[in-house]
Amino acid sequence: MGRKLLLEKAHVEGIRTYEVYRREGGYRSVEKALKSMTPEQVVEEVKKSGLRGRGGAGFPAGMKWSFIAKPEGVPRHLVCNADESEPGTFKDRYLMEFIPHLLIEGLIVSSFALGSNATYVYIRGEYAWIAGILEKAIDEAKHNGFLGKNILGSGFDCEIYIHRGAGAYICGEETALIESLEGKRGNPRIKPPFPAIKGAWGRPTVVNNVETLCAVVPIINDGGEEYARIGVGKSTGTKLLSACGNINKPGIYEIDMTISVEEFIYSDEYCGGIADGKRLKACIPGGSSVPILPANLLLKTAKGETRYMNYESLADGGFATGSMMGSGGFIVLDEDQCVVRHTMTLARFYHHESCGQCSPCREGTGWMEKILKNIEYGKGKPSDIDLLWDIQRKIEGNTICPLGDAAAWPVAAAIRHFRDEFEWHITNPVAAQQRNFGLAHYADPLEVAATA
Amino acid sequence: MSTQFSEEKLNKIKEIVTHYPEGEQKSALLPVLHLAQQEFGGWLDVPVMDYVASLLSLEPIEVYEVATFYSMYNMKPVGKFMFEVCQTGPCMLRGSDDIIAYIEQKLSIKAGETTNDGMFTLKPVECLGACGYAPMMQLGNYYREHLTKEKVDQIIDECRTSVAINN
Ligand SMILES: Cc1cc2nc3c(=O)[nH]c(=O)nc-3n(C[C@H](O)[C@H](O)[C@H](O)COP(=O)(O)O)c2cc1C
Ligand code: SF4
Ligand code: FES
Repeated sequence: MGRKLLLEKAHVEGIRTYEVYRREGGYRSVEKALKSMTPEQVVEEVKKSGLRGRGGAGFPAGMKWSFIAKPEGVPRHLVCNADESEPGTFKDRYLMEFIPHLLIEGLIVSSFALGSNATYVYIRGEYAWIAGILEKAIDEAKHNGFLGKNILGSGFDCEIYIHRGAGAYICGEETALIESLEGKRGNPRIKPPFPAIKGAWGRPTVVNNVETLCAVVPIINDGGEEYARIGVGKSTGTKLLSACGNINKPGIYEIDMTISVEEFIYSDEYCGGIADGKRLKACIPGGSSVPILPANLLLKTAKGETRYMNYESLADGGFATGSMMGSGGFIVLDEDQCVVRHTMTLARFYHHESCGQCSPCREGTGWMEKILKNIEYGKGKPSDIDLLWDIQRKIEGNTICPLGDAAAWPVAAAIRHFRDEFEWHITNPVAAQQRNFGLAHYADPLEVAATA
Repeated sequence: MSTQFSEEKLNKIKEIVTHYPEGEQKSALLPVLHLAQQEFGGWLDVPVMDYVASLLSLEPIEVYEVATFYSMYNMKPVGKFMFEVCQTGPCMLRGSDDIIAYIEQKLSIKAGETTNDGMFTLKPVECLGACGYAPMMQLGNYYREHLTKEKVDQIIDECRTSVAINN
């Protein structure tokens, strides 16, 4: 069984309350950091840990922290990204709902490291009841002297505020999130300036994902080097995965990034295999934006090696034959699922969520949705596949924020690996309304080029 | 319905404004719009938005442009109970299309419509961060997960009963 750092205590009876959380060793990292460390030393530990941002991009957290500008007399802010809206991703919710004090603890230590006296949790509006859970945890922490003025006599002041969004995936993008925190439409800003220089209210700001900030707790408790010992290569520590789709046991799993994809899907400790005894057809391993892979390329790389659940192995082969760890949203499709229909729902999602500032994204996502709908409902033309390919190419890299890329990649990967299925839909419009293309050859062993 | 928050709500708003730096009361706009929608009939009519603008010393247009951007703010009246059923990929894989079709048939409305008695609105929505508990819907401030036809029947009955009790 893999080592657990974040979820180890998540199921202790009453862990949502301050008393039980504290009794189980909670808030030790705050005591350690505020009483015996400087903010620089905290940043240093996080650097040593190798912790990579868990929001999707995987950028090293310690490095990001060291970029924050410190102009004299200007307040700085830490903002926690709890917008969690990438289809397939529901891990941050789990942390906040079941072990809210872990996030509060991580926020206090991280605020201390960054010098943030007013820290915000931007939570997606639909998680209304979770905002309530967090507010209660904040009250308890404050009541026990872990928030407010002069925490533990250290001279450090800190308040945490919950800010609810109102339904917009784009507000997960850090500059859109900042705009939204300022009470505006969630239109991403052009970078530079980066938030670390000019973020919320023009002040230096660091935006980090919920899971990233929770991971700071074990890093400070046990030391960055100890954390870095878990995992493999640049995939240090543990990662939460939210598994969904056609598996026996959808849910949240904490892994130490040394297990294979096959073990993750089929072992009883994790997903428990494909539901209803069916066969695996395809999977999006890291949230809806990352490339979908057919079963054969998911379990083994193009070189025929076992694929593992970590940043490097999932990305092995680049976009041609690999995918990404992304946010850890693991979406599994069984043999009876239709890749065209699934891709259509994602295109609709991105069209719906485009903020509309850039024409390639605003218009392109709409076209992709429309063309995919036509193909799905038996009105596709043979030229549509190349047209889709052309549109996604024209969006990618030509927009203010990465939502454009995020919309382009799933379509590109679906065509790259499942072109036969798209063609079948177009040439068999009637049959495609009645049945699915099925597993076809997508799980067949790949030919591996002999290496010299 | 008069467009005026109670004293208690006004104090709550004053408290929310203190969360943000001085002079940045605009930051309180999203939370205040949530309160307004809850308080004034489940949607944001123009007089409501103008009232919010006056409370936060904003131009009305600053409120309109925000209210129309976010999907949780309703720009027209909705039923007493809104079934916001997720229809994105992961939920689709677990049968959300069937749930939407079942609700349409059961309530005799199409997606996006409200029943004649003003009780129910069916609104297919995009991913709500509950993909592992699919199919699911948002109902008010809570999620209803692992939906089946039987569960949908139950939820509808529950809603009807709660209205009958409160009347
Ligand atoms: C369209 C879009 C949506 C995003 N949504 C989220 C999100 O819901 N949660 C999140 O933590 N990061 C999200 N991100 C990534 C953030 O911009 C940012 O990189 C992240 O919050 C940084 O935190 P980390 O370094 O701890 O990962 C999104 C990015 C884009 C482009
Ligand atoms: S890429 Fe799309 S979402 Fe991002 S700024 Fe441009 S229009 Fe808005
Ligand atoms: S896809 Fe339905 S909740 Fe995520």
